[in-house]
Amino acid sequence: MQNSQPWVEKYRPRKVKDVAHQDEVVRVLTNTLETADCPHMLFYGPPGTGKTTTALAISHQLFGPELYKTRVLELNASDDRGINVVRTKIKDFASVAVSTGHHPGPYPCPPFKIIILDEADSMTEDAQNALRRTMETYSKVTRFIFICNYISRIIEPLASRCAKFRFKSLPDDILSTRVLHVCNEENLHLDTKSLSTLGSISQGDLRRAITYLQSAARLYGSSISSENLISVSGIIPQVVVETLFNVCKVGNFDDADAEVSNIIAEGYPVSQMFSQLFELIVGSDDISDEQKAKICKRMAEADKCLIDGANEYLQLMDVASFTMRVLSNMSQQMCF
Amino acid sequence: MLWVDKHRPRALDKVIVHEEIAQNLKMLVSEQDCPHLLFYGPTGSGRKTLVMALLKQMFGTSAEKVKLENKNWKIDTGTRTIEVELTTLSSTNHVELNPSDAGFQDRYVVQEIIKEMAKSRPIDAKGKKGFKVLVLNEVDKLSREAQHSLRRTMEKYSSSCRLILCCSSSSKVTEAVRSRCLNIRVNAPTNDQIIRVLEFIAKKEKLQLPSTLAARIAVQSNRSLRKAILSFETCKVQNYPFTDDQVVPPMDWEQYVCEIVSDIMKEQSPKRLFLVRGKLYELLINCIPPGFILKNLLSELLKKLDDELKHEVCHWAAHYEHRMQLGQKAIFHLEAFVAKFMSIYKEFLIATFG
Repeated sequence: MQNSQPWVEKYRPRKVKDVAHQDEVVRVLTNTLETADCPHMLFYGPPGTGKTTTALAISHQLFGPELYKTRVLELNASDDRGINVVRTKIKDFASVAVSTGHHPGPYPCPPFKIIILDEADSMTEDAQNALRRTMETYSKVTRFIFICNYISRIIEPLASRCAKFRFKSLPDDILSTRVLHVCNEENLHLDTKSLSTLGSISQGDLRRAITYLQSAARLYGSSISSENLISVSGIIPQVVVETLFNVCKVGNFDDADAEVSNIIAEGYPVSQMFSQLFELIVGSDDISDEQKAKICKRMAEADKCLIDGANEYLQLMDVASFTMRVLSNMSQQMCF
Repeated sequence: MLWVDKHRPRALDKVIVHEEIAQNLKMLVSEQDCPHLLFYGPTGSGRKTLVMALLKQMFGTSAEKVKLENKNWKIDTGTRTIEVELTTLSSTNHVELNPSDAGFQDRYVVQEIIKEMAKSRPIDAKGKKGFKVLVLNEVDKLSREAQHSLRRTMEKYSSSCRLILCCSSSSKVTEAVRSRCLNIRVNAPTNDQIIRVLEFIAKKEKLQLPSTLAARIAVQSNRSLRKAILSFETCKVQNYPFTDDQVVPPMDWEQYVCEIVSDIMKEQSPKRLFLVRGKLYELLINCIPPGFILKNLLSELLKKLDDELKHEVCHWAAHYEHRMQLGQKAIFHLEAFVAKFMSIYKEFLIATFG
């Protein structure tokens, strides 16, 4: 089943120096490879910027394939990670001593183990607290690498024990070079327009870009247009969003109702609609700041309702009607 | 047999409405391999038909020989054993189930069934190991934990089974699951497409279908193909040969909602509210989903209101529907909406006419 392997796995950089655009991190880690010593580390940044890749690459480069299994413990959010796991599994693994003897081969094999906690921001606060002491007690033989999207969800005592590295979102040109590299390897043809579309729909997330590329290649063959990319990505075509916005500007309730029903019938996901509508409204010039703020506030509320499982039509209709009222300066207070 | 099932296209080539999607799907499985798929779109748009046709394309006619099983799963979680009863629909190559039926234990069902499927991998005539397909319906109703455990399971067993997920709104499927699947949006058919399907069925059944009637059925169906075909069949039973001005009978519960609405519009008082409550109960007893009732109430009310009131009523409908999702008893929220509407409408009447 070689061909069914996702391209994100297939083209994941195997060496730290191949990681795109994260120069500082790469510099520090190359240094680590030479001195064979490293601090606890905390990688944070938006998804698809190479955090997991870097963590895996550094552990592979430090230990090589043979020792990797015994020296590295990788836990991510799909594994159970309650406080019990911290107390048993992590502690057991951390407390095992390692041989300091020199191992033959090209790998540095430093005398410590690595525990990678992927998506650490989804760990409970209790579990994080239980880690504090474990980290210090076994710091001679164990290094921790925490990976998370939001550093604010990591409790302060843990964060202060680690060297923090921020992973920057990838700019368009670097994203394009990586995508083109994949295209060359897979014999795909991608014109400049679709390349820029891919850049804009993936918003600096390389994993998403490559996943879209693979889905489009599977569905439409080797020549991919920008429409194909948009259709696999689940992005709503801009013209649909603009139509809705324009209807709201005109302010006729029945037209808006028809348009919203149409959007639902076409099967566009409403949460996606909100985020695209949000961008359109924030970016438009002919609305005052106050109006923008009001609309955005209502949109945030509706988004929360959607997560609670509310009906998509009603929520979108509510936002549309509120937008109409704000734009035509009707009273937003309920009059009755 | 109902026409809806009788005339359901069985092969990807015969699909009338989503030709383009069907062709793409055909190309996708031509290499004997496919990624995980996620179909999303409104009800009655033909998701299920596409999935069935796709399975037939992959496995041949054996995919149509399905048996219904009521299985008891005993799941050992370490500390205790959980028993889950679930109905599955399976053939040699695929299993179909509704994991949300298991309620809060859906997470174990998802993990356990995929594990068991992965163990019994089919081997084809050439001795090549094939893969099984698991069709999960209503993934949007799965709990968050179940969706999280699904994503790990998807990766772990990806060599031996493929998932086809169906849901009506992809907003409720977590990003992690969505990004692991090939997303396919199935839009509701347009009125023209519905008319085309109705004409196709009329030809098959050797009926004369006046074009005005077809158009009216299509408009009334609200872009749901299933509803259109059902009401077409009802029309046939009621009166054939068709006349141009034949009435397309609305669903009986929709008519009932209309009645409720006219009740509300006529009088706004606690007494009337009490009467309406009985009718709402009647609807709920007949298993009409409360969300549908509220949405229909709103759309019927909107037809009769002035523009300035529409905004407000619409807001409150969204408000109470949200609460209904959070709460347990639907009747409270339906009634609250009706009461709110009555108070708004009464005040509006007083303000306008004094």
